[in-house]
Amino acid sequence: MRKACLDAVYEMALRDTRVVFIGSDLGAGTLDNFRRNLPDRFFMEGVSEAAIVGMMAGLAMSGRIPYMNTIAPFIVRRACEQVALDACLHRFPLRFLASGGGVVYAPLGPTHLAVEDIALMRALPNMTVIAPADAEEMRRLMPLTLDYPGPIYIRLAKGGDPIVTTAAGDFEIGRAIPMRQGRDALIVTTGVLLKSALESAQVLSQQGIEAGVLHVPTVKPFDTETMLDMARHVRVVVTAEEHSIIGGLGSAVAEVLAEAAFDRPPRLARLGFPDVFPDHYGSQAEHLAHYGLTSEGIRSAVLRLLDVVRPPHRETTPR
Amino acid sequence: MPTVPQSHDRPATLDERSLQLRRDILWMLSAVRRGHIGSAFSTLEILRVLYDEVLRIDPTRPDWNERDRFVLSKGHGCLGLYAVLADKGFFPREELLRACSFDGILGGHPDYDKVPGVEASTGSLGHGLAIGVGIAIGARLDGRDSRVFVLVGDGECDEGSIWEAAMIAAKHRLDRLTVFVDYNKMQSYGPTTDVVDLEPFADKWRSFGFAAREVDGHDVQALRETMSALPFEAGRPSAIICHTVKGKGIPYIEGDPAWHHKSRLSDGDLTRLQAALEGEQA
Repeated sequence: MRKACLDAVYEMALRDTRVVFIGSDLGAGTLDNFRRNLPDRFFMEGVSEAAIVGMMAGLAMSGRIPYMNTIAPFIVRRACEQVALDACLHRFPLRFLASGGGVVYAPLGPTHLAVEDIALMRALPNMTVIAPADAEEMRRLMPLTLDYPGPIYIRLAKGGDPIVTTAAGDFEIGRAIPMRQGRDALIVTTGVLLKSALESAQVLSQQGIEAGVLHVPTVKPFDTETMLDMARHVRVVVTAEEHSIIGGLGSAVAEVLAEAAFDRPPRLARLGFPDVFPDHYGSQAEHLAHYGLTSEGIRSAVLRLLDVVRPPHRETTPR
Repeated sequence: MPTVPQSHDRPATLDERSLQLRRDILWMLSAVRRGHIGSAFSTLEILRVLYDEVLRIDPTRPDWNERDRFVLSKGHGCLGLYAVLADKGFFPREELLRACSFDGILGGHPDYDKVPGVEASTGSLGHGLAIGVGIAIGARLDGRDSRVFVLVGDGECDEGSIWEAAMIAAKHRLDRLTVFVDYNKMQSYGPTTDVVDLEPFADKWRSFGFAAREVDGHDVQALRETMSALPFEAGRPSAIICHTVKGKGIPYIEGDPAWHHKSRLSDGDLTRLQAALEGEQA
């Protein structure tokens, strides 16, 4: 997905002189073709994310559209104030390509994880937050970032993630994508957990439970309308994200559902990381399994909630 | 290296223009009753020489693409900038009296979206130099010969992002970028030597790849000569360490950290400030 993303930046830069790329001491060879062929618009700066975001703002003042890539926490935590003020306050079209969203860098430990990035970025006025599900979706997204107003945070997954999205229908920033309809339950996901959501819906269907799946690549602005349309008639909603349950997709869904004031609101479960720094190493897959962020975990949550909302057994009280 | 005149070592004489801009600030304060007063007075000579004689600007066209850019990185020094921008005609002088009001365009820190002539919204320290670096690189990419000037505070140089930006500026050999340091040696809590010593300050900038000079930041002629020598060295960004006095022009507040920021100024405070300022003239 990162490769698809960076290749797209290069493709755009070939066509549009406004595009510049900035990295902060990235891996050797990153975007070598860009560096070779468009050296004036390729910047590999030092380990100085705060200054790089400011520099991006200055470039935007000259009409440029800077795409910056580094590891997610160094954008959202290290340079948070620059992102808030230099990017968001000025509403400049700065593009933050955040490698290793979630627990991609599990072996590297908590300093390199980004389990609260969506929450931090969502809270910033004027910021758009997008977590594509696979490289194909990334390819559909990137050309749209060129003229989209304001700053965008784009969460990159591990790479080599299975392709689960389809080209059917045009990708649109800010629009959620119904992947499957279902009358009993609704599973809402963002990023790479879409695959697990689809798998769990498949298995649930075999059990006679029809679960819809709503893929929300753009967590902000949140597509309230599509979500409520799908949530209106189901009994349960389960959100699943590779992110803290605080402030991410699950929070967005909860906020919208709470204010929708349905007569019979669906029960809700938010699946994500609890309020902790994940304290293991290992792999991304192990972390997702540990915290139940798997197709089985999602399926269990749906079943659990359906049980809960089953009409309670009426006890006959002896008169 | 020549000895740098330290303005606090000798009697200060502010000319009529410097006095008038200070009167404008006090006039603004008569309505606003609050602000970073010390910084407003320490930066004024830098700003007036810059805006009167150096910047290529057109107040009737604040978006003119060929203009030079000035970024007030120490956004809390905005009272002085507002006085100068109003004087140059970027906006009506009456706006000064609406500063910090709910619908005013002039806030306690400057907002580029609201104030004609303000290039960047600043306030939190350590942002402006990096923005200036980006503007300078952008101008180079465009093939424009616009210059970029950034004014930072001395206390602001405690921020690591200033030095990150300095290294990037030197790496890209941005000789159209100039940083002024308002070196009044008094930050919010007290003397910079107590809070965190910046010395050897000019040499710090040099070691970060800047061509640096020091000047009395209230000596208009010296500022004029220094700025006319820009860039000091081809292929290097320039730093001008301006030795200034916080609260310059009002003797009883000069160098007093209590005047870094004041709120709830009374009529008596204003009368006393005005009297002290006019006393300078005698």
